[in-house]
This record gives sequence, structure tokens and C-alpha cells, in this order.
Amino acid sequence: MLKRIFPHPYLTTLLTAVWLMLANAYTPTSLAFGLLLGIVIPMLTAPYWVDRPSIRNPAMIVEYIAVVLYDIVVANITVARIVLFMRNENMRPAWITVPLELSSPEAITVLAGTITMTPGTLSAELAADGHSLLVHCLHAPEPDSVRDEIKHRYERRLKEIFE
Amino acid sequence: MELFWEIVISALMVIGGVFGLVGSYGLVKLPDPMTRLHAPTKATTVGVGSVLIASMLYFAVFRDDLSLHELMITLFLFLTAPITAHFIAKANMHRDWKAEDLPRPQGDGQWAIYEIDSDTSAEELDEAEEAES
Repeated sequence: MLKRIFPHPYLTTLLTAVWLMLANAYTPTSLAFGLLLGIVIPMLTAPYWVDRPSIRNPAMIVEYIAVVLYDIVVANITVARIVLFMRNENMRPAWITVPLELSSPEAITVLAGTITMTPGTLSAELAADGHSLLVHCLHAPEPDSVRDEIKHRYERRLKEIFE
Repeated sequence: MELFWEIVISALMVIGGVFGLVGSYGLVKLPDPMTRLHAPTKATTVGVGSVLIASMLYFAVFRDDLSLHELMITLFLFLTAPITAHFIAKANMHRDWKAEDLPRPQGDGQWAIYEIDSDTSAEELDEAEEAES
């Protein structure tokens, strides 16, 4: 019964939160309407979510967001310095292949998005079989260390969240 | 106390402006389309981010009003910016990069863009048409 009302509890929470923020009013009325949407929309769309992702470790999401935000700030400063003070001739752009251990499409999407949002790296392409990611680096004298950092910092945590 | 918050909010807005400027300058200065793509991803993260934090602080401190609209803007930016960048990168690879110039993926396959048969949607459409007729 509970499963029929809340086929997707995380989606219900997210939709309610999004509604509250869109309305930008934190009153019982908008909470009630948000909950209504949060319950009706997952119920109506449940048939289309055949392989919905399962989240194993919700606490890890908080840690992941904190790590990514910290990296974004640090990497922004690094890249700003490259843009402002480094001559184009000295710059070493590089393509790197990141072999993926993740297999769920949602986890790969989050990883690719994270790589693009952290400045200095940009995910450009996925292998046809879905087991590697092509990443472009703005300035990478040692491409291997960039690859290891992506695998260690992001992929390991995503693996704990999704798989 | 009000002065303190005014300074914090102004500082955040200046930081946002500086990063926006550096991002735009990077767009002009960097040498080729792939490196240029790195510039706009900066402007959207710290540049827009600190302006949004300044806005939230302003409404919380001076208007006594909780405003979380800004979090939605962050969410939508984080959803849309990587996808746009991904499409631009793909279009650029399609035009200017040969498969030989890029590192290979692990295993025997090729990057999706160079593997002509990797998009099966056309085939499926044909099959569906045949089934109908």
C-alpha cells in the first residue's frame, strides 16, 4: 500500500521541495499543494520508470556534494590563473580516457556532469559500449594524475551511492 | 552589524563579477574551440554561484525574507550547463577531430560518435515501418 502511494519516495521529496522553492512561500498551504504534486506525479509516471535507479547510500550524497562544491571553488581559482597569466604556447591541453567501473546510466550521467562543472576538465564523449569516458583537459602536464583524481574522488563515491 | 553584511554581500558580488569577466576573457583568449569551452563552465559555477549567495544573504538580512529561489537557479544551471557543453563538444569533434587523433577507449570499441552503427534508432524506425505495411 505504502509502495503504491509512494512509488518513488525520493522523487516525492524532490518535487515537494522544488514546488516550495518555486512558490518561494513556506506556508502550510504551499506545503500541502507541493505534497499533492509530489504524490500524484510519481503515481502517474510510475509505469515509465521501469529501471529506476536505486540509491544505496543517501548519506554519501551529502559528502559527494560537499566534495564537488569544494573542488569547484579550488579549480575555478586554478583555471582563472591559467586564463589570466599563462601564455597560450605554454598551455598543455590534453585528451584523456577515463575507464569506467560504473554501469548505471544515471551514475555515468552524474559523473559526466560533475567532470564538466569542475573547471579545467570537460567530458566530451562516451564510448559506444559505455565503458569509457573521453575527457578534455584545459591544462594537464600529467594527464594520468587527472584521470586518477577523477576515479578516486568522484567515481569511487558515486559507486557507493548507486551500486 | 549591517555594515558587516553589506561588505560581505558586496564582496560576493565583486567576486562573481570578476569570475564572469575572467570567463568571458577566456572565451576570447584561448586558442581553439575545445579549450574555449572551458571558459563558460567557470562563469556558471563560481561566478553565478557567488551572485546567488549574495542575493540570498541580502533577502535574509535586509528584507527579513527567506528566499530559496536561488537554489533552483543553481539546480537548473547544474542540469543544463553540462549538457550544452557536451553537445558543443560533440559537434566540434564531429567537424574537426579524427578518431586517430584521440586516445582510444578501453576495450575494442570506439567513441560513440565515430561508430556509425552505434545509433540504432534509424534501424528500429525502419523495422517499425515494415511491420506496419
